Amino acid sequence: MAEQTLATIPAPATAPVDPRVPTVVVDGVDIVYRVNGTGSGRGSATAALNRILRRKETEKASGVRKVHAVKNVSFVAYKGEAIGLIGTNGSGKSTLLKAVAGLLPVENGRIFTDGQPSLLGVNAALMNDLTGERNVHLGGLAMGMSRAEIKERYQDIVDFSGINEKGDFITLPMRTYSSGMAARLRFSIAAAKNHDVLLIDEALATGDAKFQKRSEERIRELRKEAGTVFLVSHSNKSIRDTCERVIWLERGEMRLDGPTDEVLREYEKFSKR
Amino acid sequence: MSQVLHTPPQPPAPADALDLAELAARHGLAVSGARPSLPEYVRQLWARRHFITAFATAKLTAQYSQAKLGQVWQVMTPLLNAAVYYFIFGVLLGTKQGVPDYVPFLVTGVFVWTFTQSSIMAGTRAISGNLGLVRALHFPRAALPISFCLQQLQQLLFSMAALFVILLCFGVPVSASWLLVLPALLLQFGFNAGVSMLMARWGAQTPDIAQLMPFVLRTWMYVSGVMWSIAATLKNSHLPDWAMTALQCNPAAVYIDLMRFALIDSFHANQLPPHVWAVATGWSLLFGIGGFIYFWKAEETYGRG
Repeated sequence: MAEQTLATIPAPATAPVDPRVPTVVVDGVDIVYRVNGTGSGRGSATAALNRILRRKETEKASGVRKVHAVKNVSFVAYKGEAIGLIGTNGSGKSTLLKAVAGLLPVENGRIFTDGQPSLLGVNAALMNDLTGERNVHLGGLAMGMSRAEIKERYQDIVDFSGINEKGDFITLPMRTYSSGMAARLRFSIAAAKNHDVLLIDEALATGDAKFQKRSEERIRELRKEAGTVFLVSHSNKSIRDTCERVIWLERGEMRLDGPTDEVLREYEKFSKR
Repeated sequence: MSQVLHTPPQPPAPADALDLAELAARHGLAVSGARPSLPEYVRQLWARRHFITAFATAKLTAQYSQAKLGQVWQVMTPLLNAAVYYFIFGVLLGTKQGVPDYVPFLVTGVFVWTFTQSSIMAGTRAISGNLGLVRALHFPRAALPISFCLQQLQQLLFSMAALFVILLCFGVPVSASWLLVLPALLLQFGFNAGVSMLMARWGAQTPDIAQLMPFVLRTWMYVSGVMWSIAATLKNSHLPDWAMTALQCNPAAVYIDLMRFALIDSFHANQLPPHVWAVATGWSLLFGIGGFIYFWKAEETYGRG
């Protein structure tokens, strides 16, 4: 990693006062999951009873297990940055994103944000039994768009998803879609809104090659409008294409934080071992 | 941000040396996931009103979308329910003795009770059953229990359409008092939404409550005079007056009897507890506002852990 300390954020040397505007400040954050029913009885009735009776005793004895998912992570993200989060499976990337979005509590430390960071994803608000058309409206409303905004963007969303390229599918229930079509519509709805801080969790791997290219373009557009973009991905290519800064998490700890090329070089060395 | 790559890195670790909390404060960043103030929360909720109604309608429509008869089931289901209760309580057990217009009496009771029952059940699961939604998107969480109550209210409106047909079939005359249905429903909705929010918070903390609720609700149903008339049945019992009034003043009984009073001409005001509208309004405000504040108090904890 050259002579440069990658863990520090490079700042323009010319300016005495940092002119960059921070949008997300993560200050010494620990995230711990508590999982019920992992005691020796594996969620059996006796283990549950044990848990109720021995509430006062240690959490371990009562069958609650702690999973330390993110350990003492600190960084500052600035306006206009696109930051990639990499790491092997289970290294805490998605957990960290959820905490930045304010959807998971932190154990220690604090996360400060400018405005409301949003995760790119509306899957949970959509209903398979409804038509694509109604899902566009429902998803838009769930993300906080107004009815007028949705009306205005409706055609763009449908065109972008390419659902209607093979016939009038938008007026059919979503359960009749192929998994690729449904994923494309979901991405199109989610990407229709502009966000201050946008968090993307492996959303680029959906659809066919043509659609993937279109989504990457859309991400770049969103980045222009958004203050800051975070991208979790296992595809080094899409990280390289969209991000200029990368944070590498391993077992919940921050291994490296720096320019994409340098961090990815180290990461590739690490994964080949 | 290519300029970052070209500029030399600052020698001393800048971000670490600098107090991060101070940096955040200087740029006016807020702590992520903090609970908004109550007025702000109400404002956010109001801004999401279209989502609340759209979500409720979508849930209702999705319910029967795979059935061949489709939305006809919206009316069929309550009618079949009423038929079953009539068969058991009206024909087999003969509860109808002493109650004029027993079928309209029974059906009104069942429909109004079902509204409260399903609202509370849906409320209990509003957070714990929608964790995916809560963990993916930002919106005031009270939108969920309120939306589920709204879905039940829409369901009740379908049932009411069926009810009006039943009333006319059994020769209950149309009267101006039918208009009282509207304030009664409004008050009941306030009560239901409040209890739903209360239960949503409990259910979010302890999902086991959803297993317990059907038993609580069934007990509540039997003491609320859904299938029998509290006034007529207990008239000659040795129950003291206060116990009788307490039974009649329980919220479910109040809303059921108000609806009967509004719709059925043979259901007279003397079968209602004293100050019934005040009691109905009181329950509605107490639970509506209390439930909302209680739910808001735990806003930042929903969907976590």
